[in-house]
Amino acid sequence: MAGNIKIRAKNSNGVTTVKSLMSHEMETGLRKDKKTGEPIPAHFIQEVTAKWNDQVVMTALWSGGVSKNPYLSFKFNGGAAGDKIEITWVDNKGESETGTAEIS
Amino acid sequence: MIDAKRRTLLKGSLGVSAVGVAVGAGLLTPSAVLANWPKAAFEAKDTEAALNDLLGSNATETSDEVKIKAPDIAENGAVVPVTVESGVSGAKSISIMAAGNSTPLIASFELGENAVPFVSTRIKMAETADVIAVVQTDSGLLSAAKPVKVTIGGCGG
Repeated sequence: MAGNIKIRAKNSNGVTTVKSLMSHEMETGLRKDKKTGEPIPAHFIQEVTAKWNDQVVMTALWSGGVSKNPYLSFKFNGGAAGDKIEITWVDNKGESETGTAEIS
Repeated sequence: MIDAKRRTLLKGSLGVSAVGVAVGAGLLTPSAVLANWPKAAFEAKDTEAALNDLLGSNATETSDEVKIKAPDIAENGAVVPVTVESGVSGAKSISIMAAGNSTPLIASFELGENAVPFVSTRIKMAETADVIAVVQTDSGLLSAAKPVKVTIGGCGG
């Protein structure tokens, strides 16, 4: 269920672009199991926090409307090669995962 | 190539049924783990209510400074790439909504002081509708909308 977070971060002309791919089913809670007709319980990422060297650059609040295995890209001013990027998500069941990468 | 197209088709029909069933089935009832997760806004049934709950206002002003990049036609409503970018200074947050979804608010991105007003992600869309982006600034809410046609069956019609 919970996989790893893939992160790519690149600095160009003083702006760092981060691209990340998370592994999560992003179940809205509105779907029904085709065989049993039972609703499939909601299970989706609610909050994603992105840090650059321990400074929060962006916090994303999500619903189940974000696609399965979410892709997220954002940019910030600053950053240099070797700086740490850390992305953490927390889902509605309280599970969480953190991934890190260095800016290239 | 043929096989790749077939995959798209399969995914397309699955995605549509997923979101389509969602419309009738009831409410999101996540056990709110995060205290600051704006539950009411995410459960709101229309864009005005969602904005009111999320940002305390729905007085948006359409602005050229908010740019949405999304496909004109999305073959797969389960995966619609959306990029929102803005040139305004002092942007505090970017919110993305799909007007046709049963709960339109999809995501809200709070920008830190170093953040550039730019986000790119992939969203689910239940039906052909506007994708709405709202950028929160000190002087008010700026918005833009982009219609996206969601095809059922994925043959590009």
